[in-house]
Parts: sequence; structure tokens; C-alpha cells
Amino acid sequence: MSEPSTEHLLTVDELRVGFRTEDGLVQAVDGVSFDVDAGEVLAIVGESGCGKSVTGMTLLGLTRGPNARFGGRAVFDGCDLVGASDEQLRRIRGAEIAMVFQDPMTALNPVQRIGPQLAEQIRAHDDLGKDAALERARELLERVGIPRARDRLRAYPHELSGGMRQRTMIAMALSCDPRLLIADEPTTALDVTIQAQILEEVRRLRAETDAGVILITHDLGVVADVADRVVVMYAGQIVEAGTLDELFYDPQHPYTWGLLGSIARVDRPRPPRLPAILGTPPSLAAPPQGCRFRPRCPHRFAQCLELPALEARCGVPDHLDRCWLSAEEKREKRQVGGQIGLAPEERAA
Amino acid sequence: MTRFVVRRFISMVLVLFAISVLTFLIFQAIPNGDPAARLAGRTSTPETVAAIRKTWGFDQPIYEQYVTTMKKIFTGDVISYAQQVNVLHEIKQDLPATLSLAIGAGIIWLALGILFGLLSAMRAGHFTDRALTVLALIGVSTPVFLLGAVALYFLAFKAGIFPNGGYVPLTQDPLQWLHHMILPWLVLSVLFIGIYSRVLRSNLLDTMNEDYVRTARAKGISERRVLLRHVLRNSLIPIVSLWSLDFAAVIGGAAILTESVFNLQGVGQYAATSIAQLDVPPVLVIVMFGAFFVVVLSAITDVIFALLDPRIRLTGR
Repeated sequence: MSEPSTEHLLTVDELRVGFRTEDGLVQAVDGVSFDVDAGEVLAIVGESGCGKSVTGMTLLGLTRGPNARFGGRAVFDGCDLVGASDEQLRRIRGAEIAMVFQDPMTALNPVQRIGPQLAEQIRAHDDLGKDAALERARELLERVGIPRARDRLRAYPHELSGGMRQRTMIAMALSCDPRLLIADEPTTALDVTIQAQILEEVRRLRAETDAGVILITHDLGVVADVADRVVVMYAGQIVEAGTLDELFYDPQHPYTWGLLGSIARVDRPRPPRLPAILGTPPSLAAPPQGCRFRPRCPHRFAQCLELPALEARCGVPDHLDRCWLSAEEKREKRQVGGQIGLAPEERAA
Repeated sequence: MTRFVVRRFISMVLVLFAISVLTFLIFQAIPNGDPAARLAGRTSTPETVAAIRKTWGFDQPIYEQYVTTMKKIFTGDVISYAQQVNVLHEIKQDLPATLSLAIGAGIIWLALGILFGLLSAMRAGHFTDRALTVLALIGVSTPVFLLGAVALYFLAFKAGIFPNGGYVPLTQDPLQWLHHMILPWLVLSVLFIGIYSRVLRSNLLDTMNEDYVRTARAKGISERRVLLRHVLRNSLIPIVSLWSLDFAAVIGGAAILTESVFNLQGVGQYAATSIAQLDVPPVLVIVMFGAFFVVVLSAITDVIFALLDPRIRLTGR
């Protein structure tokens, strides 16, 4: 079937972000490429420090600074966000691309009422008077399920519960109907029940609008709940990318196996201890030679001293990974104790 | 709110009481401070001294003396030991000079402190910031009497641009008043500008890294609005409370050195001369007057603070 290739909403091509520090150049993002389409939820998964937040923030130019070094491109609507001027970025921020941050308590101005904070964004992009903007803010609050929205407009952030604050942040992000929403760990600072509600908001957003969503998280449970496609990051690079099903049922990279294996499962007998990936992520100022996961990987062998390219190695064109093991070996080695996981360290090559 | 006011009022009274007792006792403890001898003068006989001691009540036990003195203060009938004049009357005469100094300098140091702090923070690490830092440190380190004396010497005595100290009441001659006040204003402000610009610079740099500033940028509002509406506004909150306390202190006579160097005949200078003469009543009154101002203004500051930062509002508004 031939259909015209739909243009991606966002195309990230070999994005590089480094920060100059006293200890040298820390390469937080080292050659990351992915696409996001309208109406799709892309999850970026990884440990703390893998570069996923920096990737998200760089798309909005929030990492720009005197010691930041950028490379590569991120094309949105024909405009390269990495090289965009400040004015171009200002117009895109909040209107075309919006971001929801991790901790709603610190992400909102504590001495300003939430009504004006919402109105401020609206009036930065639309020519509305103060009252009209506040009215729109009230509608937005109702839309994200905050009761007594009119009263809440006059509330300060600390007068709201964590869940309501995050809903307010989402309302703020949606206020100008963005085409791309970047959610950076939106549920991490909240308890599980609120988490479910917030994810429901994301699902509703996907159903009601055509917006694309980049969901940055370290929680695979969240990923399983809302994501369409997943990208796994490790030490500043993507190590695996594929659809949700591909990642959960046919993971190709040992790091992904480790992540999946470390999830506590309700439907299985309780293990004596939670499996964890031994070791710690490498320093981004001096990453290891070759495959970056090699020092922690129980399946490493001689070839791993050479960095694998991110390619489709298992026969599915869009399922990419960075591991030299053959597809056969992968299927075999990822079975640990009857489920997918990372084998404990044996003496390897 | 009423409970708040009542509580503050009670603590204010207690503080003032404690300060009055402390000041009174300090003077009792100072050697050579026998007021009777001072009142009697150089050529006094033991009989004169004893007689004075009787009339003035210095032979009473301390707590009685304290009570009598406090009574006199509250009825406005305080007589200074040295000059035999009514202290409250003196203070009323000296107040305009001190008020002129305080209000003028207060406005100048607040405006320039904020300006320099803002410039320093915006150009942090660059030449402007370093230059302003050096200036601030010089301002903070230079003793007021040195700065004042140097200023008087070069600008008044030598160059004749400014008058050689003294105070001209505003009601008498506004232009002369201004002419006389400029140097004292600048000299007094230098110290505070140094402090305030550093405090604001530090607050600004901290605030700029806060998450909500990042959110503000992500909303797509202009950089100028981010700076003014979010960064500056929040950073100014501690400055406001600092300012009101410093201002109150200056009114209460804390500008003692500036007033003396420039011979403004203000409350501070009156305190200086009284201390030198070990004259208890004026010092007692001025100390309490100053304490009263500071305590009242600090209570007002707390209220303003609560208005500016809703997080610390008292429960049960």
C-alpha cells in the first residue's frame, strides 16, 4: 500500500548536548535520533543521568547557557530547534511545544496565584485581555478535572494538593493547544493513585487532540500504560528503540532486559530479592570505550570494545538496538528464571 | 489578625521594658558616672554633691530611681543632667534633621542597591559584576567617619562644592536643605548600597536557578518579563524587610557617626554628645525611642512580608 509518507511532527537527528565543567566536557546527550508523529506517545526511558531530561529540555532551548555545547538538529515544523533564535524559540515555547515538569511544587511560582500564572502564558501568545485570559484559565482547570475551578484561580500553589498542582501544570501546558507536549517525569513526584489520574489525563489528551507526546520517565509501568513507542537511553545514547509491544515482548538489548527484569511483578512469586543491574552508570565526562553498557553487561565479549551502531538487527525495520549479540543469542540469553531479565554476573570475556 | 496584633503589642512592651532596664543599669555600672558629681560641676564641695544627690534622688535605691526616671519619661518631664534642659524638647528639635537624613538616604540606598545588585547578577562573572563587587566591598569596609571626613575635606573644604556640614531646615530654605543633605545622604548610603547590592545579587542568582523560572521560560513569555515578574519580584522580598529595619534604626539614631561628622544636630548626634558626657536621661530616652521604632517597624515588616509571600501567612487570617 502506498501512501504519501506523513511528515513527522518532530525529527531529532544526531542530537548532541555537552556541558563544559571543571572536570572537562560532560557529554550528556551523545548522538540521539528519533521521530515523533502527531497523535503518538513516545516514551524515553532510562536511569537518572542517562540524558533523557536534557534531551527533552534541549528541544525547548532550556539548556542553553554559556557552558553548553550543541550538535545535531531537532526539526519541528521546518524549524531547527537547536539553532533557532531566541525569538523563534519564545514563540514556539508554550504555544507549539509545551512542557510539563517533574515537581509541580517547585515548578510553579510560589508567590503568585495560579490563575494569573495560567493567564500569563495565554496572554504571551494570544491577544486576550486579563479577564478573558482568566476565563480561559478557568475552562482549562475544569478540563483537567479540578473542582470549583473559579475559586481555585485565586489559590496559591501551596494551597493545592500535589495531584491538583500537576493537573494545573498540565492545564498550563495545554493552554495554547500545543502540537507537541513534552512531559518530564510527570508522575515521579506523586503517589501511585494520583499517578493513575495523571496518566488518564495524558490518555485523554491523546484521544481528544492530535498532539504528539514525549513522555520522559524511568518507570516502565507508566510506559506500559500510555506509550505507543519507546526509546531506551543509557549514558547519553539510545540503546534500543521500538514499539511498546516489541520492547516488552521482544527486547533486544541487555540493558532493556535488566530494566524489565527489575520490575516487581504482582503475577509472579516474590523473588528473595529484587533483581538489580549491578554497577553504576559510567561518567559522562569519560565514557567507556566501545559499548557503554559493557562494564555492567554479563554477556559482554571481545567485539563489545567497538561501539555498535544503532541499527535494526532482528529483522523488524523500525526495531533498533545497539548490541553485537546475534538475534539467536539474544533470545536465549534474556531468559532468566523463566522470564526476561539480565543474568547475574558470570565470569565473561 | 487581632490575636497577632495583641501578641506583638505585648512582646513589644516587654522588649522595651527590658531595654530600658538594661540601659539604665549600664549607666549605673559605668565608672566615674556619678551624676551628682557631674551636676555639681568642677568646683564642688562634698556638701554640694550630697545636696544635689538628695534633690535629684540619687540616694534612692536603684529600682526606685528607675521607676522615677521612667515616670518622668512618660510624663515628658525628663531633664538632662548635663544641660538642665527638657530632653524630649531637644529630641523634637533634632528630629527633622534625622528624618531628612533617614528618608533621603533610605530612598537612595534602596534604589542604587537594587540597581547595582540587578546589574551584578545579570552580568555575573563578567567585568561589570567584578567591578561592582569591588565597589560594594569598599563601601562596606570604609568607616563612615573616614568617608565623611574625606568627603568633607575634598568636596567641601577644598573644592567648595558642598557646604562644610550643618543642617538647614527644609521649611526654611529647600535648596539649601538639599545642598546640605547631599553629602550626608551619599556617605550614609555607601555602606548600605554595598550590603544591599550583594544581598540582592545573591538572591537573584539563586532565584534564577529555581524551577519556576524554568517553567516561566517554557511558557514562552519574554525574557524581560521572566526577569522582572518572576526573578526580581521574588528576590526583592527579603530586601524589603532588611530595608525597613535599617530605616528604623537610622531614625532611632543609628546614623550617629554620619550626623556627628556632618554636624547635622540630629538625634544621633545628640546621643553621641550625651554619651560622652555620661548624661543618662537623653541616652535613655533616645535608646527607647530607637527601640520603639525598630520594634514597631519590624512588626509592620512582618505584616508586609506576609502580604508579599503568601506561604508564611499566619493561620486564621
